[in-house]
Amino acid sequence: MKILVAVKRVIDYNVQIRVKDDNSGVVTDNVKMSTNPPDDNAIEEAVKIKEAGKAAEVIAVSIGEEKAQETVRKALAVGADRGILVKSDGVIEPLAVSKLLQKIVEKEKPDLVFMGKQAIDDDCNQTGQMLSALLNWPQATFASKIEIKDGKLEVTREIDEGLETIEINIPAIVTCDLRLNEPRYASLPNIMKAKKKPIELLNASDLGVDINPRIEQVKVEEPPKRKAGIKVSSVAELVQKLKNEAKVI
Amino acid sequence: MSVLLIAEHNNKELKPFTLNATTAASQIDNDVHAVIIGHNCDEAAKALSGIPLIKKVIQVEAAHYENFVAENFAPVILKLAENYSHIISSANTFGKNLMPRIAAALDTSQISDIIKVIAPDTFLRPIYAGNAFATVKSKDVKKCVTIRPTSFDSCESSGGSAPIEKADPVEEFVKTKFIKREEVKSDRPELGTARVVVSGGRGMQSGDNFKLITSLADKLNAAIGASRAAVDAGYISNDHQVGQTGKVVVPDLYIAVGISGAIQHLAGMKESKVIVAINKDGEAPIFSVADYGLEADLFEAVPQFLEELNKLNTIQK
Repeated sequence: MKILVAVKRVIDYNVQIRVKDDNSGVVTDNVKMSTNPPDDNAIEEAVKIKEAGKAAEVIAVSIGEEKAQETVRKALAVGADRGILVKSDGVIEPLAVSKLLQKIVEKEKPDLVFMGKQAIDDDCNQTGQMLSALLNWPQATFASKIEIKDGKLEVTREIDEGLETIEINIPAIVTCDLRLNEPRYASLPNIMKAKKKPIELLNASDLGVDINPRIEQVKVEEPPKRKAGIKVSSVAELVQKLKNEAKVI
Repeated sequence: MSVLLIAEHNNKELKPFTLNATTAASQIDNDVHAVIIGHNCDEAAKALSGIPLIKKVIQVEAAHYENFVAENFAPVILKLAENYSHIISSANTFGKNLMPRIAAALDTSQISDIIKVIAPDTFLRPIYAGNAFATVKSKDVKKCVTIRPTSFDSCESSGGSAPIEKADPVEEFVKTKFIKREEVKSDRPELGTARVVVSGGRGMQSGDNFKLITSLADKLNAAIGASRAAVDAGYISNDHQVGQTGKVVVPDLYIAVGISGAIQHLAGMKESKVIVAINKDGEAPIFSVADYGLEADLFEAVPQFLEELNKLNTIQK
């Protein structure tokens, strides 16, 4: 079995986001970038399946600027066998990403495609479901547990009401939740080894799909600020404020 | 052209966020039609037709719609789509799972999780866990939009009498099978719509200690929330998680106990009307959004909180 894992390079989750003065977007220059957190879970799960002898190859693919190679390289350092970078500068929407991934799937013919359930930059939560629709494959979104059972996957999904279990035929798409597993850190020897693993470079423009943005980003602004609060010195004072000042209890 | 709203329900009742999504839909266009896909869902369809803002209900029934599998729902919407300019659903796990399948099939770039309708093609949505707000304008002919339910008021639920039309089901997608759903039943208010939310974080130190949160929530008739750290640590189940990838809540009162206030948690609660933080670390980021901060050991403060509440003659419900 072959598993393709899509990984995205995003602003690190610990970075305080700043909006550009001209409202054209957020500041990305000299800002720490990392792999989108649930994409780390996706890679981890694929590597675990391979280690359990149930997959022969794990391929990491990223779509984005040249520097997204670092994100692919990181996936290789934690156990992916080879990488693909589809180079594309500028804004690329989930619809375009899923069309490009569809091309990669047609070429690589994986049995499973894993990715994070949501990217923490645009917070869209679309790509996996879109790819699944384009391929007419089953989808298991927000996965917190995956079991492989002869030609099928049993997946536990995190939903608003609690948990849901579904069974899907392979080939399938799985979008991973943060609770799926505990992503490992890359060891230094594995980081060194990853440097020798191949990364295929492709240009998005060569893959024959329309990736032009359909959504115009009119402006990006800072959210309204909350007015500063106060510190209370005791529980009694807190309750009195909630009762008489805020009038919420 | 009209707007098509995808109703969320459990085959008997409408889910409350359907009323918020209806409000959002009506801000895009007056002519709101709602589709309900399910199995033996007549009661829910009737409830839908009673919403005054809805002009027409389309009911699609089949056994394979009983469990809301997106692969089965999407083709139904696609069959109806040509009559509509917009397709709308809530940006909860139901809508998040379903809408992109529809959008991709329509070759539309979906707009997720809007918090405001600026114009029929222009919307406001949070990005980067709510640390920035983007105004976006769709250039697609058809628009697929999911709405953040807590950012829109719920609409009037009764008094209307929209006609209910039946539409034919589509063949089952056999490669996906529903097995089971483990819903956590509770007598408490729902987290997404509660007036008061009491949340615990890693500072609770154990699942057992969460009973402090439970007692406080009981007293205040509140829903129980949790930070991702508390859920990851296994103190409480995932359906309580508040944050960027959990639930977004906007209660009148949010009480954060032993929660440090990671960016992703703040994303889920910082629009609350009044925020209280109880944390022994005075530097914790949660204090930056709190209206009332109490720097104290929660294991002393929460029991005192209960005592003080007991002294009050009345507590708002």
